[in-house]
Parts: sequence; C-alpha cells; structure tokens
Amino acid sequence: MITKPKGKERIIYLFLVLSGYATLVILCSIIVYILLKGFSHISLEFITQTPRKMGAEGGIFPVIVGTFYFVTLTILIAAPLGIGAAIYLHEYTREGTITRIIRFGTELLAGIPSIIFGLFGYAFFVVLLGDITQGWSLLSGALTATCMILPTIIRTSEEALKTVSRSLREASLALGATRWQTIYKVVLPSSLPGILTGIILGIGRAVGETAALLLTLGGSLLMPQSLFHGTRTLSMHLYMVAMETGNMDAAYATGVILIIIVLLINFIANYGIKRLVTRNTTTTARS
Amino acid sequence: MNTTLNNNTLKKEKLNSGLALPKVTEAIVRPILFAAAVTAVIIIILIGFFILQKGWPVLSTYGLWNMISGTVWQPTKELYGILPMITGTFYITFIALVIGIPFGLATAIYLAEIAGSKTAALIRPAIELLAAIPSVIYGLFGMVVINALMRHLQRGLLSGILPPDYQLGYSVLSGGIVLSIMILPTIINIVEDALKAVPHTYKEAAFALGSTHIQTIFKVLIPAAKSGIVSAVMLAMGRAIGETMALIMVIGNVTALPEHGLLSLFAPSSSLTATIALEMGYAGPEHQAALFAVGIVLFGIIALLNAFVIVFTRRGGQQQL
Repeated sequence: MITKPKGKERIIYLFLVLSGYATLVILCSIIVYILLKGFSHISLEFITQTPRKMGAEGGIFPVIVGTFYFVTLTILIAAPLGIGAAIYLHEYTREGTITRIIRFGTELLAGIPSIIFGLFGYAFFVVLLGDITQGWSLLSGALTATCMILPTIIRTSEEALKTVSRSLREASLALGATRWQTIYKVVLPSSLPGILTGIILGIGRAVGETAALLLTLGGSLLMPQSLFHGTRTLSMHLYMVAMETGNMDAAYATGVILIIIVLLINFIANYGIKRLVTRNTTTTARS
Repeated sequence: MNTTLNNNTLKKEKLNSGLALPKVTEAIVRPILFAAAVTAVIIIILIGFFILQKGWPVLSTYGLWNMISGTVWQPTKELYGILPMITGTFYITFIALVIGIPFGLATAIYLAEIAGSKTAALIRPAIELLAAIPSVIYGLFGMVVINALMRHLQRGLLSGILPPDYQLGYSVLSGGIVLSIMILPTIINIVEDALKAVPHTYKEAAFALGSTHIQTIFKVLIPAAKSGIVSAVMLAMGRAIGETMALIMVIGNVTALPEHGLLSLFAPSSSLTATIALEMGYAGPEHQAALFAVGIVLFGIIALLNAFVIVFTRRGGQQQL
C-alpha cells in the first residue's frame, strides 16, 4: 500500500508534484501572454487587408492565403505518399531487410533538423529543379515540407492500420476480394480516424515550420498567383516582422492567429477524431 | 486428358474475365506502393548527397580540422572557423539539458506514478500542445519576455561585473531557457512510457520489502527505465542542437567565443543552425558552400547522436528481455 511520504521524502514528493503543474503553468503563460499582447491588434482589417511596409503596417491576408495554399499542397503530396508507404510496409510485405531499411530511413528522416531540410530543399528543389519549380516557390516549399512530415504520416498511418483486426481482412479475402480491394474497401475505411489524425499532425507541423521554408518558399508578401510563385506562411511572417521591421504589435497579432490555428488543429486531432473513432467502433461492434 | 485440361483452362478464363480489372489493378498497385515506401530512403540519400556535394568544395580546400578548430568566421575574407558556433550550440544545449532534464523527469514521474487520472488528463494535453506550438512562438516569447528579464538582471544585479556587450538581454542563458521548455515534451513523453513499461511486479516486490513510494520510484523504477531515460535525453539533445528559429530570435547571433568564464552565460552567442538560416539569404556562392559545410558538420553531429540512440535502445531492449 502506498503510504504518505514523511520527512525528507515529502520535499521530493512536493518537487515532483510542482514540476507536474509547472508544465501547465509554462504553457498557459506563453499562450496567454501572446494572446493578451496581440488580441487588441487583431481586427477585420488586419485579417483582410494586404500588408504595407514589409508587414509592419496593414494586414496579413496574402499570408493567410499563402499558408493555406502551402499546407494544402504539402498534404496533397505527402498524404498519398505516406499512406502508400504505410500500406506497403504493413499489408504488402513481411518484415525483412527491405522493410528494415525503409523503417530505418524513416526514423533517420524524423531526426533531421529542419534547417538541413532547408539546405537540401534549396540545393535540390530550388536550384537543381529550378526549371520545373521556378526557384523559390510554393512548389519548392511544399516538396521540402513533404520530406519533413513524411515520417509522421507514415508512422501514424501504420499504427492506424495495425488497429484493424485480422478477422476483418480474412472475411474480406474469403469473400473473394483481392488484396487491394480488401485494403481499399475494408482496411482503409476502418483505419481512417487514425490516418486522419496523422494527416492533421502533419498539417500542424507544416503550419509551424519556418527554418526550412526560409530557404525554399521565397517569402514574398504578394498574393500567390500559382504553384510557381513564392509566398510566406504565418510562422515565417511572424519571424520576419519581429526581426526585420521591429513592429512587435504585428508580430503578436500574427502569433495570436497562429496559436488559434494550432489550438484548433490540436483540438480536432484529439477530440474530433476521437469522436469519429468511438462512433466507428460502436457501429462495428453492433454489426 | 487433353480435353479435360482444356475444359479447365476454359473455366478459368471465364472466371478470370470477370476479374480482369482487379488483377490489373493488383499488378499496378504493388509497385506504386513500393515506390511510396522507398521515397523516405531516397530522400535521406538525396539529402546526404546534396549537402555533401555542395559543401565539399569548402570542406576539402579549407580542411575539416581547420574549420572546426578555427575561431574566426568571416566568409567575406574566406575565414571559415566554426568553433564559436559549435561551442555556442553545445553551451546552449547543455544549459537546456541541465534545466530541462530534472523538470522533465520529475513531470514524467508525477504523471506515471503520482497524478490522479483527472489531473493527468489535464496535464497530458498541455504537454501535447507544448510540443505543437511553433518554434517562432517560443522565439517571440523568449525575445520579449525572457530577454527582458535577462536584461533586467544584467543591468541591475550584475551590472558591476558584466562587460557592456553582455548586457543586451540576448544571451546563451536565454537560449538555454527557451530550449529547455521546448525539449520538455520529448523528455516527458518518452520517460513516462519507459516508466510505465517497467513490469508491475518490480513495484510490488519493492513495496513488499517495505520501501516507501519515493524509494520505489528512485531505487527501482528509474534504474529499470534507464534505457528509456537515456534515449529521451539523447533525443532531446538532438532536438536542442537542431532547433533554429527560437534560437535566432533570442541568442543575438554574435559569432564569438565565450571569453569571461562563467559570466559568458550572459554573452550573446550563435549556433550552427542559426548561422545557416540567417546567412543563406544573402550569401554568395563561396559563402553558400561554406554554409553547406556547416550543414555537413551539423548533419554529422545529429547522425552520431541518432546512431547512439539506435544502438543503445537496441542493447537496452535486449537487456530487459
């Protein structure tokens, strides 16, 4: 039975409890500070107008649009690749040398600092493939970000595939479905919530990424016209405004919008998806 | 004999004609999925290749040793000494670990052993959120809050003993503090998992021998979760060494070696990552190659760390078996 700690142990105990709450306090103080500082600067004009003086004045509309395009494009490239890789690893092969190499590569990729991705993206997508990507552009940035979020999507998708029970697969195969039909019609639908969580986590990472994009996305403040034009994301904008113009109000306000997006993404990943999961599992249990 | 065989093949063909499309799809799908799976490996190889290829000219003519032992970084004069950045990176990482490890460990122990399910349900999402907050937000917070506090300290209590260029707020210590917050989620999550993976019987045995809860935690659970704790520290270190944006915004980016002993905690500094990110924007071809060479060094440090984690966790896992 666990007894109440006495004497010296009480101090240790207290330190453990306080540290637990400290993380909560740190998180809240960072979020609340940025929200308090930035909220007064946010207005309809700030969100809908174009920036003036390098973002020190005016709004951030092109940046919001640029962020949206960038994230969408990244996910459109990364999701099929990542989910495909996970399906291959989990459904199409046995564990062996090839899967070990692939897993090792994925693990390594997850540990590489974002500035290295930036250097690579610059050398490969911006310079070498410049004729295709037009140098610093949405496409170069999205391809670089794809490399970065691929491990997240592969890992979460594979976890999701693991949760689908063997009997479901066997039932489908017994009914004469081919392997791909089974995956497409049975396995993927029932692992969808997990896969979506992975994609949402990937979106979160893409939204927050800055260092790699400084070297690949271009940083233009103009409205992006196509895949081949440069743009900047909210994170980049925050950094550039804070460091280059010194107008902290605009930086705080951008920070507020960024934090709201991140909170929303986290909320959806945690609660939206969980509700989807419970609904799914209850229906399968009933049938 | 022959006719029955023909009959059989006929039947098969009939069957197959209905399934022709799935069969074709099946044949196409497999290589496509394989290609997707190999992408990660190809990317890793490409990254290694391009960083090496771009950085090689400077690295080979200037020499790796000259680079990492050189103390002057002046790309315009073709001086590529990166020792100040290496010391900066490790100095800041060290501070981050010194602050972050005790707090991270304590929080993990609290979550795994002490917290009730309701408090844990409140703190765990907070940790997840802490991991999800973009590094520029940490940078902004560090730049305006932590650096302001630091300036207050430098110009108030310590103004007598600090040289004037150490009184700007931008400092190694600020960088370490910001990074210590950023590595908390990594440490907490991995250590908590490691603590929870310790067989329940260990704990029961310790209790049965009359040890208190605290004794059980520190004498039984933590030693048993050792390999998890070490890999948590290594991964946190990797994250701290690789962090870019938050550092650029708080450390001042001054490429100089710390000169005043312990006081250099308050010195502005630079890191490998920050230098690359800041200077790529305006660098000429030779300067760019030098920055790629800095990238090679950074890549090498991270690769060593990762290799250590992989080897260590594998060995640790075998020991537990």
